[in-house]
Amino acid sequence: MYTFSNRLKIASFILMAVGALGIGIGFISAPSTVEEAKAIVASHSDGHGDAHGAAEASHHTTDAHGDTHGVAEAHGEGHHDAAHDEHQLHQLQNKPWSALYVAAFFFFMIALGVLAFYAIQRAAQAGWSPLLFRVMEGITAYIVPGGVIVFVILVLSAMHFNHLFVWMDADVVAHDALLQGKKGYLNPTFFLIRAAIFLAGWIFYREYSRKLSIAQDNSDDNSNFKKNFRAAAGFLVFYLVSESMMSWDWIMSVDPHWFSTLFGWYVFASMFVSGITVIAMVTIYLKSKGHLEDVNNSHIHDLAKFMFGISIFWTYLWFAQFMLIWYADIPEEVTYYVTRINDYRLPFFGMIVMNFLFPLLILMNSDFKRMNWFVIMAGTVILSGHYLDIFNMIMPATVGDKWFIGIPEISSVLFFAGLFIFWVFRALTKQPLQPTRNPFIGESKHFHY
Amino acid sequence: MASHYEAPIRKPLVLGDKGYHDVTVDIAAPVEGKANKQWWIVFSIALVAFLWGLGCIIYTVSTGIGTWGLNKTVGWAWDITNFVWWVGIGHAGTLISAVLLLFRQKWRMAINRSAEAMTIFSVVQAGLFPIIHMGRPWLAYWVLPIPNQFGSLWVNFNSPLLWDVFAISTYLSVSLVFWWTGLLPDFAMIRDRAVRPFQKKIYALLSFGWSGRAKDWQRFEEVSLVLAGLATPLVLSVHTIVSFDFATSVIPGWHTTIFPPYFVAGAIFSGFAMVNTLLIIMRKVCNMEDYITIQHIELMNIVIMLTGSIVGCAYITELFVAWYSGVEYEQYAFLNRATGPYWWAYWAMMTCNVFSPQFMWSKRLRTSIMFSFAISIVVNIGMWFERFVIIVTSLHRDYLPSSWTMFSPTFVDIGIFIGTIGFFFVLFLLYARTFPVIAQAEVKSIMKSSGERYKKLREAGKPLYQINKLALSNETVTEQVAEASVEESDAQVSSLLGTLGTFDAENDTADDLKKVKGIGPQMEATLNQIGIFTFAQVSRMTEKEYNLLDSITGSFPGRAQRDDWAGQANTLNNNK
Repeated sequence: MYTFSNRLKIASFILMAVGALGIGIGFISAPSTVEEAKAIVASHSDGHGDAHGAAEASHHTTDAHGDTHGVAEAHGEGHHDAAHDEHQLHQLQNKPWSALYVAAFFFFMIALGVLAFYAIQRAAQAGWSPLLFRVMEGITAYIVPGGVIVFVILVLSAMHFNHLFVWMDADVVAHDALLQGKKGYLNPTFFLIRAAIFLAGWIFYREYSRKLSIAQDNSDDNSNFKKNFRAAAGFLVFYLVSESMMSWDWIMSVDPHWFSTLFGWYVFASMFVSGITVIAMVTIYLKSKGHLEDVNNSHIHDLAKFMFGISIFWTYLWFAQFMLIWYADIPEEVTYYVTRINDYRLPFFGMIVMNFLFPLLILMNSDFKRMNWFVIMAGTVILSGHYLDIFNMIMPATVGDKWFIGIPEISSVLFFAGLFIFWVFRALTKQPLQPTRNPFIGESKHFHY
Repeated sequence: MASHYEAPIRKPLVLGDKGYHDVTVDIAAPVEGKANKQWWIVFSIALVAFLWGLGCIIYTVSTGIGTWGLNKTVGWAWDITNFVWWVGIGHAGTLISAVLLLFRQKWRMAINRSAEAMTIFSVVQAGLFPIIHMGRPWLAYWVLPIPNQFGSLWVNFNSPLLWDVFAISTYLSVSLVFWWTGLLPDFAMIRDRAVRPFQKKIYALLSFGWSGRAKDWQRFEEVSLVLAGLATPLVLSVHTIVSFDFATSVIPGWHTTIFPPYFVAGAIFSGFAMVNTLLIIMRKVCNMEDYITIQHIELMNIVIMLTGSIVGCAYITELFVAWYSGVEYEQYAFLNRATGPYWWAYWAMMTCNVFSPQFMWSKRLRTSIMFSFAISIVVNIGMWFERFVIIVTSLHRDYLPSSWTMFSPTFVDIGIFIGTIGFFFVLFLLYARTFPVIAQAEVKSIMKSSGERYKKLREAGKPLYQINKLALSNETVTEQVAEASVEESDAQVSSLLGTLGTFDAENDTADDLKKVKGIGPQMEATLNQIGIFTFAQVSRMTEKEYNLLDSITGSFPGRAQRDDWAGQANTLNNNK
């Protein structure tokens, strides 16, 4: 049995405490009036100089909240300034919320990605991975607190505590023909019902599968194993549909005018590679502490192969979405990338370097994929890159060009990292780290490649 | 394959009481035997269809593509539909050989050879369409980036159609190399078994002088892995670029970002359906039921179900996002597909591709051979309709209502399509008679872990290598050749016996030299003739004696040394 080491536990508490403090500071220092917002923008502009000015120029044409602008512009210049100032205020007020949401979603997505990987291993009857099942189950335990937190943030958005989802604002919808057309789908009630259904489905499968997985070790036949196989197949069908819809709802709808059919699968690639990376990292950590005695470097090699392969798959989907929109250059669609390239140049292209070039070059060599510190290092970069990916999906719509990776962003990551570590490692202590009666456990133990 | 251990709950992949030699005999049988009547009947039908298609192609090229049913609004129809359909079918071969190799799926070994053959033959069909669509194919070199005096004529590198040329030709080349690499040891097997010199010569050429040394195998494994790594992104890229032909445009129904992965999934879907169609027939005709088992068909059905569901998810995503986008043209394009004049094509597509694979959730249905065959045909039809729906329904409602029209194929359109099906089957039937249709070398590599005989032996706790009887009968065949060449070179014989020691029939007893691996009854007789009867004598052999022995017997130079007869004999002598 694994015991949660005190040092790691204290580290997770410190992360949570520091994170909570930073999140608090972020909320307190957000402006509450137009005047405060103006002051912040003024001091901010001074520091940034010309680059910021250039970004500002494109901001008018490309902003996702463009329609409120459009309405305002018709009322003449004076009124426009006031509307613009208020818009800036909303963006600055959104900043700590967005930082919280991005980090909350990112860590939740890791757990969900691991759950998908776990279900695939079960449905495919993979022989190499059963030794890692308890590690995966430990990580998916986070789906409960992570999912609840994301849900709470969505409820608070629907209650107008923030402006993350403009379409939740009845005023905006009233002036926007496109949003009126989507009202049947994009309305707060249905949105929350969907979110509740998705979360309930995922949590149910996680708990059910975990129960069967433990029952299998204590029984004397394979009935639990078979049930788990069927549950995994059923879950994957549910997941195929719910994951896409979740990504439209929770992410794509922050830019409510923009749409892309590929979006759901693109988000899937991101969560899948992040999840696999975390499996590898947790496995290496536990191994370094002398647990998981039958896991060998072939298992690590396979996980690293998945990190490599899915990173390329992510790039494939990223490129497919980007290239088709860029090539066709339809104004309604291309605005999404124009905003990102003008206002988010560094995170946008930096993410491609971190998520594609870096894993491609580092994990190409098969010897490197068997070296623990190498996998940890590559994994750290991949995780940071995919945090940036989520950042790039949310921030341009919610804070526009007012983005900055400062106290609220870093603190949110620290807080959720602490919570994630605490919850996952606590779950790992509950059961022995290696399953004993999985019918494929022998193959997994003999696994050398 | 590092260890032969396999979980007991895994079902065997090679059925029956098959040893290594049985695999050789079974797989060489269709190549060594004669074609039966059914083969000739099917071949004749395919050939007639091919010739009809050839006639239609000649008519098209000599008259112009005005012979097709295309019009000003629908400028692309059956030609490109057929092209995409054939390219899509090709995907399963590479997927099975490359992606499943990377995922270490042992069941691929029974089906990869034929799936790869199918890939190559269907890409050949696909390649015909762009060429004949040029109208004047003798000017095809104009698309190449060569210096020319035709003014501003230059290759349009901005066009996905050109990317297609590169993608598909790369794909064809890599698939061919991959296929042939796998074929080398198998061709060598047929070469070594060939009786007639002409066949021996041909298969020797085809096998590129494969010798079966450890170095050959090591290079073989390395090349396979590298090619698998290269082919995996290629599978994705080919249909991705085919999807770009449509998705880079601004035509409603074509411009949608999900096209690349969804086309790839659809291609794998249709490819597996075609593999199922072909293999269900082939396993019967070529008596391969023990290698292409029900389990193989079941697994392919599961892949069909999985990819069919992914494609279905993409259809629904397209529909939903068309509504969600609020773009009226998008909305109309999809409404028109489902309820417009081509509604029947849309619903044929939906039924065949999304609903029919869902039957495979039932274990009983997916293990039924007849049902699997029926579904595989249905899916092939559905995937043809998918391309037709995407292409024609998006074009036939132009932005200008005055140019709205319908498309109806002429006999030439139909003839060319039927002709490619005929051509495909001509190639496949010829392949099935001349190539080893199962990768026997690879199947042998999984015999110990997944063969039914070895699984049973292991369960019974018996050793896995009691195969002397078969090995012996194999030796007799091959060593008859050696027999003739034993010559009376007494001087050599006596010098050989000088070092090895003579056999004294009164004091010594003769050993069973056949226990030494590499010595068969014939070789034993030869050795006895020379005067070698005991293990002790054999164990004294060194390189010099081996060479002397080779020059006396004149057969299998180097074999005794390679098998280390002396070492083996020494062990046997000590254990006597």
